[in-house]
Amino acid sequence: MNRRALRRWAAAAGFRVLIAAILFYALFPFYWAVVSSLRAGSALFGTSLLPLHPVWGNYAAVFRAEPFARNILNSVLVATLVVLISLTLSLGAAYALGRLRFVGRRMLLMSILGVSMFPQIAVLSGMFALIRRLGLYNTPWALVLSYLIFTLPFTVWVLTAFMRDLPRELEEAAIMDGARPLTIIRRIFLPLLAPAMATTGLLAFIASWNEFLFALTFTLTNSERTVPVAIALISGASAYELPWGRIMAASVIVTLPLIALVLAFQNRIVAGLTAGAIKG
Amino acid sequence: MQRIRTICLLCIGLLIGLGGVARAAEIAIACSGLGEELALCKHGVQAWEKATGNTVKIVTTPNSATARLALYEQLLAAGSHAIDVFQVDIVWTGILGPDMIDLGKYVPHSVIAADFPRIVEADTWHGKLVSLPWFTNAGVLYYRRDLLAKYGLTPPQTWEQLGREAAIIQKRQREAGDSRFWGYVFQGQAYEGLTCDALEWVASYGGGTFVAPDGKITADNPNALKAIAWAASTVGTIAPEGVLNYEEEDARGVFQSGNAAFMRNWPYAWALAQSPGSPVRDKVGVEPLPSGTVGGPHVGALGGGNLAVSRFSRHPAEAASLARFMTSYAEQKYRAIHGSFNPTIPALYHDPEVLKASPFFGTLLPTFEGAVARPSAVTGRLYNRAAAAIFDSVHAALAGSLSPRAAVAQMARELERISDNGRW
Amino acid sequence: MPPRRAVATLARRRRLTAAAFLAPMLAVLAVVAVWPVLHTIWFAFTNAELGGGPADFIGARNFISLLADPQWWRSVANTLIFAALSVSVEAALGMVIALALNRRFRGCGLVRAAVIVPWAVPTVVSAKLWAWMLNDVFGIVNAVLVGAGLLAKPVAWVASPRTALVSVVLVDAWKTTPFVALLLLAGLQMIPADLYEAARMDGAGPGRIFLAVTLPLLRPALLVALIFRTLDALRVFDVIYVMAGDNPASMSMSVFARQQLVEFQDVGYGSAAATLLFVLVAIVTVIYVRAGGLWQEA
Repeated sequence: MNRRALRRWAAAAGFRVLIAAILFYALFPFYWAVVSSLRAGSALFGTSLLPLHPVWGNYAAVFRAEPFARNILNSVLVATLVVLISLTLSLGAAYALGRLRFVGRRMLLMSILGVSMFPQIAVLSGMFALIRRLGLYNTPWALVLSYLIFTLPFTVWVLTAFMRDLPRELEEAAIMDGARPLTIIRRIFLPLLAPAMATTGLLAFIASWNEFLFALTFTLTNSERTVPVAIALISGASAYELPWGRIMAASVIVTLPLIALVLAFQNRIVAGLTAGAIKG
Repeated sequence: MQRIRTICLLCIGLLIGLGGVARAAEIAIACSGLGEELALCKHGVQAWEKATGNTVKIVTTPNSATARLALYEQLLAAGSHAIDVFQVDIVWTGILGPDMIDLGKYVPHSVIAADFPRIVEADTWHGKLVSLPWFTNAGVLYYRRDLLAKYGLTPPQTWEQLGREAAIIQKRQREAGDSRFWGYVFQGQAYEGLTCDALEWVASYGGGTFVAPDGKITADNPNALKAIAWAASTVGTIAPEGVLNYEEEDARGVFQSGNAAFMRNWPYAWALAQSPGSPVRDKVGVEPLPSGTVGGPHVGALGGGNLAVSRFSRHPAEAASLARFMTSYAEQKYRAIHGSFNPTIPALYHDPEVLKASPFFGTLLPTFEGAVARPSAVTGRLYNRAAAAIFDSVHAALAGSLSPRAAVAQMARELERISDNGRW
Repeated sequence: MPPRRAVATLARRRRLTAAAFLAPMLAVLAVVAVWPVLHTIWFAFTNAELGGGPADFIGARNFISLLADPQWWRSVANTLIFAALSVSVEAALGMVIALALNRRFRGCGLVRAAVIVPWAVPTVVSAKLWAWMLNDVFGIVNAVLVGAGLLAKPVAWVASPRTALVSVVLVDAWKTTPFVALLLLAGLQMIPADLYEAARMDGAGPGRIFLAVTLPLLRPALLVALIFRTLDALRVFDVIYVMAGDNPASMSMSVFARQQLVEFQDVGYGSAAATLLFVLVAIVTVIYVRAGGLWQEA
């Protein structure tokens, strides 16, 4: 083999190794979580890479010790409501910011983006007082309200970016016909923006699902908790020496649907993340 | 069609509303999930439910006392009625006192008089009985009887002796191939548990209790320095460096799986160590914690759990009844036998069934009676901050980020700052 | 109607329409974001407590105490170090992954999906996964490293003050590198292929091509990634709290503020800390936006 062919082969092999390393880096922790969740007692301390004697007790224990199914339901409920509210409010706002020209438009857009930069802790004490006054403490509504602080700016920003890219001619014809703005939005923009809204909604859903600090502060009792808080607070009540088996089982339960979401909507997610950043 | 739907919805709404009124009281209790506690809590709860016809919802809380208090404080600050009965630590009386009802009004004096008077006193705040004594705690030393016998050692009487023996056992075990073995595990994370461990080290060297009962800061003294220096010397040598992140369950995990020779923990770990399937079953001994000097005091930090009823509870009478039931003689006996939770009723320490399950309740009775309290009474509402000043400084010394001398000085300085120079 | 007045009326109508469409969203934002932040800043100048009760105005006393508090400065240092380390690691790793994914190879869609998975998982879960793997006595990382002879004895990754920040950075990087990688990949895909061809014709090696062609054209995407990641890193809470709790060696500014607020019930002091963090993030945002020229693009 001549030197050039050798070099090319080495480069190709090196690339394969790199891809394998990337896959390992991204996926091994999950694999290990699955393996650990299938072990109990002293077997947890074993370091063999394959689950030799799988045990399903941890999964049953997760649902027995806490209302985990209810926690999952809470997360789904909160995330769905937040997404619906955000998209509804953002659509009109995106029309105003993306298609209408008025004084202070740029400043307003930057301010809205600025809101998404607020540290959550900076809002916490004020938010706590507000939630308490509204009597929403320890209910999912507290979360639906507080999550809007990061989903709204994001959805407005991304929808505005998409809205701006749509050609002018679309509405000009409708305006000539004397159509009112609400009709224009409903008939013309909504269908075109549907994919973008699906994308944004998906990203906002994932963000709400994963939120921790507000959930930790505003929902405390078992049945009101969302999934991240439930996992963080899994108590050690076990006859075994360590609760890690159950923690890993809970983590796997939560991760699998998210992996399914990612696989199904991979392109949308990528488009949404990059649109918000690059286009904007 | 539309109208039928509306009527149906109204009916359902009415049924749900009425259902709420007609049902018996539902009480929510927050009990800890440490070790066997959840199962024991369920046992008591189910018995009460059957006896009274009410229903109980159990709320789980974090294991870390610090995190649990934060949870309670948020809930009470919001005036929430989500939890009626709280399991509270004995040191939280001054902090949570204002938000709990006076249980002295719901429980006859004779019942309260059956408890250790010292504990009842610790549970009283401004004349109000804030909580009912449930179990008491004192830090004890667990050791591997089989390994001490194997290497011809006796249970240590001083910390230095413990250090020597732990080093010997660790070395020999590792030479024999057990690479994960360590000599000594304890609670070294920066949280309330470390305050207890630190109090035990310091008081057993004659270094006082950080804050004297009159409020004076006594943290900076030569004996305290010796104690902290000894503790800091164990990290990385006979104690794994990970001990800096250990709470009660982490230490128990290492000891119960057979990977440590000595463990400092609360009595609850005994029942678990003796449970069927435990790798160290019948190999464990329990003794009072060592002292700093030969013949010096053996100090266990006073801990313990009580049950309190929130003033935001919608069913105070039923909640008080649940609290009283859970802390009754029968329940405490059950918990003593099945979970090795120390009762707060002196009579139970002479009960043969209790002593059969946990023999050290009898032999260590002086330890429990003489347990040293943390300075929660004198610091009152500021106890949180004071404890944080203590455990942050001790943690820094253990981690090596501060020398023991600097750590002790920092602790004293912080305590002075928080208390406005001793004026708590 | 004279033309000038028609234009003026049209402009006015457009403003009203814009206002009508923006009002609901702005109203919600005002309630959810603006009011709580202002309230927090107000609390910072009082001695409010979590349990309610009277809150008296005490001027800047909280801020003065804060600036004299050694633990606050430790938290600031931890946060800055965390931000610097995590952003650099994520930029570097993200670049490698983006460059790898940019080569169209068979199955690159699946690899991309695999890379996104850590990002989609809750931070709490990723913190727990890694805390278990990094466990000092039972963790697999120590088992492998010691077994392979790379370590003399197991390291307490999360507990030891020396490695605590590094461990947290590692976990944060694992979770958010996908985001950076995707942004950079999008930027890479916008670079026309003929530029690479031309450079290769001129005899440039892969290293030179990267420095002279790729990097300059990737600048906008890189800048955006850096902005988002830096601001997120300065505000970090989840990963540090779940992995290391209130450990002073790894405490970030957010964790410090929460401890004061919730555990010590000192709303005034905690709000002062939160306000300082808010100001810091605002300053950094403005610097980045101006430097990155985002202002113009909007």
